[in-house]
Amino acid sequence: MDVIINMLRNHYQDIAAVFLFVIGMTNLLLQQNLIKKIIGLDIMDSAIYLFLASKGYIAGRTAPIVVDGITDVERYINPIPAGLVLTGIVVSVSVSALMMALTICLYREYHTLNLDEIMMKIRKEED
Amino acid sequence: MEFVQNFPFICIILSMFSAIVSFILPGKAAKYLHIGMVTAVLVLSAGTLAYVAGTGESYTFMMGQFPAPWGNEIRVGVLEALMAVIFCIIMLLSVFGGIAHVEREIQRSRKNLFYILLDLLLASLLALIYTNDLFTAYVFIEINTIAACGLIIVKKEARTYVSAIRYMVMSLVGSGLFLIGLSLLYGITGHLLMTPAKEALEKIIAQGTYHVPLVVIMVLVVIGLGIKSGMYLFHTWIPDTYGYTTPTCSAILSSLVSKSYIFLMIKIFFRVVGFDSIISSHLVNIIFVLGLIGMIMGSVAAIKENDIRRMTAFSSVAQIGYIYMGIGLGTTAGVVAALFHIIVHGITKSQLFISIAGLSDVSDGKQDFHSLKGAGFRCKIAGAAYTAASLSMVGMPFFSGFVSKYLFASSAMTAGSGRLIAAWIVLGVSTILNTVYFMRTVITIYTPVDEEMRKVHGISPSKTEQAAMAAMILLNVVVGVASTPIIRALESGLAMFG
Repeated sequence: MDVIINMLRNHYQDIAAVFLFVIGMTNLLLQQNLIKKIIGLDIMDSAIYLFLASKGYIAGRTAPIVVDGITDVERYINPIPAGLVLTGIVVSVSVSALMMALTICLYREYHTLNLDEIMMKIRKEED
Repeated sequence: MEFVQNFPFICIILSMFSAIVSFILPGKAAKYLHIGMVTAVLVLSAGTLAYVAGTGESYTFMMGQFPAPWGNEIRVGVLEALMAVIFCIIMLLSVFGGIAHVEREIQRSRKNLFYILLDLLLASLLALIYTNDLFTAYVFIEINTIAACGLIIVKKEARTYVSAIRYMVMSLVGSGLFLIGLSLLYGITGHLLMTPAKEALEKIIAQGTYHVPLVVIMVLVVIGLGIKSGMYLFHTWIPDTYGYTTPTCSAILSSLVSKSYIFLMIKIFFRVVGFDSIISSHLVNIIFVLGLIGMIMGSVAAIKENDIRRMTAFSSVAQIGYIYMGIGLGTTAGVVAALFHIIVHGITKSQLFISIAGLSDVSDGKQDFHSLKGAGFRCKIAGAAYTAASLSMVGMPFFSGFVSKYLFASSAMTAGSGRLIAAWIVLGVSTILNTVYFMRTVITIYTPVDEEMRKVHGISPSKTEQAAMAAMILLNVVVGVASTPIIRALESGLAMFG
C-alpha cells in the first residue's frame, strides 16, 4: 500500500499525463463526432506536453537566465523540455487548424458532423 | 570542410524556399520552379552520393556550428544520399506522369498551392532522411503529414475529405505515440541527437537499469511509425487515401511518404536503440509476424477488390508487409533486402498508379474491371507500363521486383530455420496471390475487343505523361538488371549507420 501511495505522490504528473493521453487517444479514434475527435486530439497532445513539462521541472530551481551572477548549474533547470513543449504546441495548433478546416468542408458537403452518417451517405451515392 | 558537404542542407533549404516563393507565383511558374528545384536537388544529391561513396565514410553537418550535444545536426552517409537520389527521381517521374491530370483536376487559382505542397513534402522527406536529431524528425513528420493531407484533398471533392479525415486521425495517433516515445527517451538519456543518445543508451543497457522504459520506448516508436507507414493492423486508411486523389498524389503518397517513415524507423533502430537490443527485446518477432500477415491479408483484400486503384492500394499493404518482414528477420541482410524493397516498391508502385490513370482515362475515366476491358489497346504505353510494373511486383526476372524477392529469400537463410521456413512459405503464397490479382488485371486490359472499343473513350494521356511512363519502365528494368551497385551501396551505407 505504501508503495502505491508513494508512487502516486511522486509520479502524479506522469500518471495524470498517461490517463489524459489514453482518454484523448480513445476519443480521437472512437468518437464519431468530428469536433469531439478534434477535442480528443488536443487532449492527447496536451497530455504529452504535461509529461514533458513535468519532467523538465525541478522544484526550487529557476529558468536558466543569469540575473544575479549565480552561475551554479544546480540552481537552474534544463530549458530544452520547455522549448520542446513550445515547438510541440505550434505543431499541434497547426494540425488542429487543418482538422477543423477539413471538418468545415465535410459539414458543407454532407450537413452533418457524424462520420458514420457521412459514410452512409457516401455508400448511398456509390450505389 | 569541403563545399560538397553543404549540399544536403542546401537541398532541404532549397525545397523549403521554393515552397515559400511559390505562394506569390502563378500556377505555371510554380510548376516550373518545382520541376527545376527537384532537378537541382537530384543533381546535388547525386553529388553528395558521389562524394560520400568516394570518401567511404559518413559525416555530420552542424547547423549553426554548435558541437554535438547542443546543436542540431544532419548526418550524411551513402544510404541517406542514395535514398535522396531515388526519392527525387520518383518524385520527378510521378509529377511528369500526372501533369495533365493536375491541369484538368485542380482549379487554376489553386494550382500553385499544389506545387507548394509538393515542395514542402520534398523538404520534409529530405529532412527525415538526413536528420540526426529526433525532435527535428518529429517536427518534419508532422510537416510531412500536413503536406500529405493537403495532397489528398487537392481535388476538392467530397470523397477526398473523408479520406483525408481518416488519414489524419490515424496519422495523428501515430505521431502522438512517436512523440511520447521520444519524450520518454529524452527522459532516460537526456539527449535528442541520435549519436549521444545512443552512447547514453549503451551505458544504460550495460548497467541493466531502465529495462521496462526502454521496451516501452521501442514499442511506442515502432507502433507510431508503423501506423503512419501502413503496417498491417494499422493499414485501414490506405485504400481510401490512395484511391481517390489525383494520380501524382497517389503515386507519391504510396511510394515516398510511407517509405520515409520506414526509413526513419530503420534509422532509429540502428542509430539510437541499437539493432541488438531490438532483437533481444523480441520486438523483431512482432514486426516479423505482422509483416507476414500483411503479405497475405493485403493480397487477399486486393483480390476481393473490384476497383483497380483500390486494388493497387491494398497491394501496397502487402508490399509494406514484405518490407517489415525483411526488418523482422533480425539480420543485416534482411534489413538490406527491406531497404532494397523500399526502392523497388517506390519505383514500381508509382509506375502502377500513373499507368492506371492512363488506362482509366481512355476508358471514360472508370476504374472497375468491366470498363477497363481492352484498355491496353486503347492506350499502348499505359498498358505496357502497367504490365511491366505488374511483372515486377510478381517477381519476374529482368524487373526490379525479382531482385528484391531474391534478396528476401536469400536473407531469410541467415535468420535461423524457424524464420526461414515461415518466410519462404509466406513468400511463396504471397507471390501466388500477387500473380492472381495482377495477372487478372493484365488479362483484363488485354482482353480482345472489337474495333469500336479499341478507340480512345475519353482523353489520351499527354506526351509528357507517356514519356514519364516510358521512363518508369526503363528505370524499373535498369534497377532490375543493374542491381549489384545499389545493393553494395545499401550494404556499405548500413555499415556506416552503426
